[in-house]
Amino acid sequence: MQLSTLEKLNTARTARRAAVVVSDLSSGRAQAFMEGERFPAEWDAAITEALRSGRAALATIDERPLFLNVYLPPPRLVVIGAVHISQALARLAPVAGFDMTVIDPRTAFATVERFQNIELLADWPEDVLPTRPLDRYTALAAVTHDPKIDDYPIRVALDAGCFYVGALGSRKTHATRVERLRSAGVSEEAIDRIRAPIGLDIGAASPAEIAVAVLAEIIDALRHRDRGEQGRAA
Amino acid sequence: MTNDAKMLDPLEIAEAWHRQGRAVALATVIETWGSAPRPVGSHLVIDGEGNFEGSVSGGCVEGAVVTEAADVIASSVPRVLEFGVADETAWRVGLSCGGRIRVFLERIDG
Repeated sequence: MQLSTLEKLNTARTARRAAVVVSDLSSGRAQAFMEGERFPAEWDAAITEALRSGRAALATIDERPLFLNVYLPPPRLVVIGAVHISQALARLAPVAGFDMTVIDPRTAFATVERFQNIELLADWPEDVLPTRPLDRYTALAAVTHDPKIDDYPIRVALDAGCFYVGALGSRKTHATRVERLRSAGVSEEAIDRIRAPIGLDIGAASPAEIAVAVLAEIIDALRHRDRGEQGRAA
Repeated sequence: MTNDAKMLDPLEIAEAWHRQGRAVALATVIETWGSAPRPVGSHLVIDGEGNFEGSVSGGCVEGAVVTEAADVIASSVPRVLEFGVADETAWRVGLSCGGRIRVFLERIDG
């Protein structure tokens, strides 16, 4: 592999862009491609499939033995609401390999004392998210209970194709949220992607237990991206 | 990627080592059968002195890959290595978990 290929790959990874490296196993020649670029016609199908599935693969194309390695951005968790559940998540999520950010405009909640090891932004999601775009490799959990704070980031996360969008609240709270999103023009298909009530049903009671249930649900969504909607637990 | 994660990232290390003027080889798991400790796509980076970071197995075959890397660095000819189940009586390197892996080993050229 040429150094320039390695540099291009590392630049893509730092910028949170998915990349594929196609290596010719007999010559050692390799090329790096970023998501969104034009791919050579003969490799287009294989590269596109690798990006979709996130799985590296061997392939023989035009009698050349190739290896396609896929580099997806590391998963990130954005939590709306600097509440008690978020404090437990801030300790759990890094252990599971997630970079975590908490956004909450309420400065009484969003204090450094309560959140020490993760990124904390004491601003409105409307002000933060345009400069730090959500992406397909990001999970969003909205846990303030306050529609003024939660609704906007939920809509943005659905638009951005976040692999997980969860919202705290009872079935009744969620029903009224669905009504608001519907009247704001959000499609039924997008609304169906919201996980609510949030978290796997493990009977979680304390904030820490709810955090475990939420994180488990996020991991489930991350590892079963291929499964799509059919495989989702009812 | 956090700074901590970056410090342990084999591809970042490969680039940094090359910039320091060190010869660098990159090993990548390209195929696995049965139970294998590291998934396809995993990397191990090796320099000309035999220093390495990352892993292609759980520590079972890294020694053999590092040895082969010296040849690949000298010749710049890539090769594919295959490791199977360890034969304990013969002290051959292998995977005690019973799996098999193929590893692509190449030099990073500047």
